[in-house]
Amino acid sequence: MCGTCGCGQSEDAVKILKPGEDQHSHSYQHTHEHDHDGEKHAHDHDHEYTHAHEHNHDHEHGCGGDCGCDHDHDHGHDHHHDHDHHHGHHHHDHDHGSRQIEIEADALQQNNMAAQRNRGYFEGKGLLTLNLVSSPGSGKTSLLEKTIKSLKDKTSIFVIEGDQQTMNDANRINDAGAPVVQINTGNGCHLDADMVNKAVKRLEIKDAGILMIENVGNLVCPSLFDLGEAKRVVVISTTEGDDKPLKYPTMFESSDICVINKTDLLPYVDFDMEKVREYALRVNPDLKFFELSVKTEEGMQPWIDWLMNEQKELAG
Amino acid sequence: MHEFSIAVNIVDIAIEHAEKARAKVVTEVELEIGELSGVVYEAMETAMESAIKGTLLDGAIVKITTPEGRARCTACNKAFHLDNLFDPCPYCGTFSPEVISGKELRIKSIIVE
Repeated sequence: MCGTCGCGQSEDAVKILKPGEDQHSHSYQHTHEHDHDGEKHAHDHDHEYTHAHEHNHDHEHGCGGDCGCDHDHDHGHDHHHDHDHHHGHHHHDHDHGSRQIEIEADALQQNNMAAQRNRGYFEGKGLLTLNLVSSPGSGKTSLLEKTIKSLKDKTSIFVIEGDQQTMNDANRINDAGAPVVQINTGNGCHLDADMVNKAVKRLEIKDAGILMIENVGNLVCPSLFDLGEAKRVVVISTTEGDDKPLKYPTMFESSDICVINKTDLLPYVDFDMEKVREYALRVNPDLKFFELSVKTEEGMQPWIDWLMNEQKELAG
Repeated sequence: MHEFSIAVNIVDIAIEHAEKARAKVVTEVELEIGELSGVVYEAMETAMESAIKGTLLDGAIVKITTPEGRARCTACNKAFHLDNLFDPCPYCGTFSPEVISGKELRIKSIIVE
């Protein structure tokens, strides 16, 4: 089972590629395994479902819109539960007795540990690492393109792009002049620390600098997955509702920085800047804001200055 | 749908402990998922049901306890029930609660045979 969304895909369905490596494209509709570039892909959406009672049903799994997963599962239920054990004391002449094992572990401990490993690596390298999260369409990739153009002569800047499909964003970042690795999560709705660990190895980072990780566009799922970043940056744009911080509080609560993009559109949209700040601060009183327009570049300089300062501080 | 991802992690942790204890089957798994954890309970139940198939946990009862959201106001220091991360302190109106419970996302225990 895919460890990201629980669909029938193998975990290997996550692809990590550099621009130019995606030599053949294929849809995820077929159900066979193949290899290319040493990466194995399995696209099998049949779940062998077993259950305590007998029934058959077919249904579609959608993810209610927050991760965009939309895949069919055929669940053939056919399982008899022969629970023939007795809980009386007289019948225990074999070592099958029930016993409780205390675990008391964080459900995300594996991701959290991988994230801490990443964080140690980033700090050791002097690599300021940011995790950019937002809804689709807020302008994360455009913000990165402009940031790369402003910074590439001043520091080394690297990018990890996360999307369900396509190399489009990685190609844009490559054209902007930064080394980039694309993670295609398949049906997955967020990046996790292990994917970032694998992707960062492919970047072969030698120098201190800045690493930008553009997460999958989704304000829900990425909030729980630490990637090892120094700062989490939530990007919203003025074409979205100003109540976003109240609708997606977990994301705003877990972020350090809030970039409000597309300020050039403020005269044309019903977006109350005071209100969005007030709402965001209710959820997270420590949130720091940058209001900017990637298009007109108004407000970009404070963002660039902040990045340079943070990188210097981290590198010591 | 991060609930699936969390469910898969929970199952991995449970299997690790069950195998260490040389258990043949896990009949119950107890989770603690707080009201402010960012997880949808119905989605979590569905995800667990799917994630345990074909594992040592197949057919196990999934018990979920749901600690309520509680916070301490960083201004007046009083503790109160918190429904949402953006709710103000009911005593002084300040919006800076320090969450003291409700964010749990834990596997507490398993029952094995």
